[in-house]
Amino acid sequence: MGIRFVLLVNKQGQTRLAQYYAEHLTLDERRALEGEIVRKCLARTEQQCSFVEHRNYKIVYRRYASLFFLVGVDNDEQMEYTYCGSFTHGRSKQFSSVIAYVAMGAVVDVIAYVNELAILEFIHLFVETMDRHFGNVCELDIMFHLEKAHFMLEEMVMNGCIVETSKSNILAPIQLMEKAS
Amino acid sequence: MNPFSSGTRLRDMIKAIRACKTAAEERAVVRKECAAIRSSISENDQDYSHRNIAKLMFIHMLGYPTHFGQMECLKLIASAGFPEKRIGYLGLMLLLDERQEVLMLVTNSLKQDLGHTNQYIVGLALCALGNICSAEMARDLAPEVERLLLTRDPNIKKKAALCSIRIIRKVPDLAENFLSPATSLLKEKHHGVLIAGVQLCTDLCKVSEDASNHLRKNCTEGLVRILKDICNSPYAPEYDIAGITDPFLHIRVLRLLRMLGHGDADTSEYINDILAQVASKTESNKNAGNAILYECVETIMGIEATSGLRVLAINILGRFLSNRDNNIRYVALNMLMKAISVDSQAVQRHRTTILECVKDSDASIRKRALELVFLLVNDTNAKPLTKELVDYLEVSDQDFKGDLTSKICSIIEKFSQEKKWYIDQMVKVLSLAGNYVKDNVWHALIVAISNAPDLQGYSVRSLYKAFQLSSEQVSLVQVTIWCIGEYGEMLVNNVGVLQVEEPMTVTESDAVDVLESCLTHHSTDITTQSMCLIALLKLSSRFPPSSGRVKEIITTHIGSVVLELQQRAIEFNSIIQRHQNIKSSLVERMPVLDESTFISKRAGSSQANISTEKSNQQLPSGASLKLSNGVAKPAASPLVDLLDLSLDDTPVPTSTSNDFLHDLLDVGLTNSSSSASGTDILMDLLSIGTPVQSNTTPENGSSIKGFNDILPIAKPNTATVQVVDLLDGLASNGSHPGAQSPVHPSIIAYQSSTLKITFSFTKQPDKPQVTQIHATFMNLSSEAYTDFIFQAAVPKFIQLHLDPANSNHLPASGNGRITQTFTITNTQHGQKPLAMRIRIAYKVSNQERLEQGQINNFPPGL
Repeated sequence: MGIRFVLLVNKQGQTRLAQYYAEHLTLDERRALEGEIVRKCLARTEQQCSFVEHRNYKIVYRRYASLFFLVGVDNDEQMEYTYCGSFTHGRSKQFSSVIAYVAMGAVVDVIAYVNELAILEFIHLFVETMDRHFGNVCELDIMFHLEKAHFMLEEMVMNGCIVETSKSNILAPIQLMEKAS
Repeated sequence: MNPFSSGTRLRDMIKAIRACKTAAEERAVVRKECAAIRSSISENDQDYSHRNIAKLMFIHMLGYPTHFGQMECLKLIASAGFPEKRIGYLGLMLLLDERQEVLMLVTNSLKQDLGHTNQYIVGLALCALGNICSAEMARDLAPEVERLLLTRDPNIKKKAALCSIRIIRKVPDLAENFLSPATSLLKEKHHGVLIAGVQLCTDLCKVSEDASNHLRKNCTEGLVRILKDICNSPYAPEYDIAGITDPFLHIRVLRLLRMLGHGDADTSEYINDILAQVASKTESNKNAGNAILYECVETIMGIEATSGLRVLAINILGRFLSNRDNNIRYVALNMLMKAISVDSQAVQRHRTTILECVKDSDASIRKRALELVFLLVNDTNAKPLTKELVDYLEVSDQDFKGDLTSKICSIIEKFSQEKKWYIDQMVKVLSLAGNYVKDNVWHALIVAISNAPDLQGYSVRSLYKAFQLSSEQVSLVQVTIWCIGEYGEMLVNNVGVLQVEEPMTVTESDAVDVLESCLTHHSTDITTQSMCLIALLKLSSRFPPSSGRVKEIITTHIGSVVLELQQRAIEFNSIIQRHQNIKSSLVERMPVLDESTFISKRAGSSQANISTEKSNQQLPSGASLKLSNGVAKPAASPLVDLLDLSLDDTPVPTSTSNDFLHDLLDVGLTNSSSSASGTDILMDLLSIGTPVQSNTTPENGSSIKGFNDILPIAKPNTATVQVVDLLDGLASNGSHPGAQSPVHPSIIAYQSSTLKITFSFTKQPDKPQVTQIHATFMNLSSEAYTDFIFQAAVPKFIQLHLDPANSNHLPASGNGRITQTFTITNTQHGQKPLAMRIRIAYKVSNQERLEQGQINNFPPGL
């Protein structure tokens, strides 16, 4: 699926969970990126769509009460569309060729792309899973049990790919561990 | 002590951090905590190491450095208990990344844990490996993962499968080892294993042609069965989302089928039915269903589907497009863009709806729709579409105007059948959004006007009218000034009035008024002011009665604080005062600017444009026109050098106007130049500002053809070097067409008669701020240089690190070169462009020489 990062941010723009996949950002870069994204997404209204393009990411976000769930995926557009240059030197159509290049048809890379709607569904699944575990999950649950939120995410996503979609399978190892302790 | 039930101290820390009112307070708390953790680590306090890592995770999330906890993670991983291992691995994944040497140390623990008897511990190790493994680790541990793919436990299997994805991405050679285990995963029942297996197969297809052939032959049937099963399965509470069983698996399978069916008629035929079933049966009232439909449409577009199926897909998109939910409309636009190459007629049918989306209040939707409209334009619909867009330009948001303007301009230029329409549209765009129009666009307009003798009068009149209404649009003002200077008498005498025109009376003094008001307006920039002065000089000979007033205006600028304006004013003044006899020939109308040369030159730059646009999304289109601008000032003629005062220090746009001056005086004062040379130099003014000497005219005409012949290695002949300048960007562009990381064309950073410096750039995709520059120095003179030293200075926001050069001896006549690598970090990447001053010191036959220069022509996006 090509998930590059999962971010949880509250209404004030404070990060509450951050997990990056195959993305090596320095601390400063990370802070800058998170800041930019949060500013961009939090400024949008409810009616606007849940997708924002930023740098080389496409961000799919969804708001639950005071928490924003943001998932960054590859923005594939640049890979998919190759504009081929073609020049008309002849003067067949007297003036038609002032501009140099013509956008030719798109060369579609059949793989590299994301299903934004599925990511949206994934966010919801993540929230439901946390809900089932914490019971009416809220910002504080995630703050004080950061490691558990991470464990859940870890069961769901590995290296940017979705690995498990059943809530009970996701929660099984966590519940086992709680029982043991 | 139990780390998960107690952890009061962790709670305390989080509470303390939450209570902080300011960032400074937060920093203080974090600093104190970090100090405590450090001392606890150094005391080797086993009981607390678990809690320490948990705290560090939180601190890391807030964005503070946590590297000192890395070794602690390794210790936890090596310990025996599951909770310790668990938090250790989590810390490892968060606090570490594969570049760090610490990772080498973990390989052994990972190997042990992969062989552990407890399935959960194996799962932890697989997960960590899948998230962070490096190429080396991949090679070391691949056999273990392969073995785990064949175990019975589904939890281990699914993780091993995803781990394999990471491994084959890192080391594609290992792909074939995973092929047969991957195939067997597709026969499983467990959804987690299936989804992981399907993803593994997808990745195998990506890296190896053999694998995709194998899968096509052996797995298509199985995949279709999986899809059928989940489509028709009764309610399965575990995987149910809004009445659909496991949409994620649906999507994954559809995607793999797309890869297998792409370009393969047999497979496509085989999966036709199931796709039709999914497309027609999936409910579209919930997001999950729409996600599947979206994926299914994508698959239908990607394979060799039957026409019936394609109609079905296009209809789904049509439904999406008319949906009220913005998310759905967004994906529909996205998808239509891909569909346009498959069936453009069908997409055309939705043109009106798409056009409405351009006017949407949501920026994401607008952007998508505009791109789509751009692809939809053809000869028949160009006029109405342009009209719609231009009308919308008037009311659109400020931040959208830039994109919209550049797209409209491209459409107008590309599809203009007749010149009058082109001029009309351009004047409209210039007067609505002239501040957003790129320089090359209005340059093209000037070339077009100069090539249409019967429309010159019309153009200058409509520009004059437009100017009266919107005089604050810079590029409109500039074009108007140029046209009044050239065709002022047509404006006043109503030459060549077209039937459609309304009659208007403009007096000579009205025309001079326009120029004067521009010249004195507070917001006018130097370029425009310089253009005004030239236009005034021209008018003084075209309107003899007004020449007295013109002289007055020019005289007021003799004392201008701007050197450029002062010089122009003084020179023009002396032309008016003392050279009346040659004045009229000096300010003759510009020779017709050759369109084909202009086009081919622009072609060179716009191709480079495309490459940069592709490689760097942040760039607005057309931003790199100035690629070779300001490069290499060749000693074209002494006069040019004489007049070229401070080109290096002025901002780039002014260099254009400087050229203007050269050209004017070059044509006039030398008097011997033929009109052909005038044309060429004027071409430069209008294109990229690199003077091309007239004796290369034949080469210019066919410069495109010559691209491949001329290597970007300069020959001592200056004339050729000019052409190389122009083509350099292209040559490097061609060499990495498919590279995914940003590719920046190499530039000629500096050139004098004795020395040439070329820069090429490499960047790591994950570090946009850092650029590695490879500089190549070449000696163009006939004597060797010794003790060659290159020095560079950069503004404060850039950090520079110079590596030693490979030699300090530079043989004569380009027979050898020195290369030197340096790394620059642009801390304001994306906000400020690179700039650099350079100084080169060397000795020629034991005499010291020094050359200096400034580099402003770095490709954008560095």
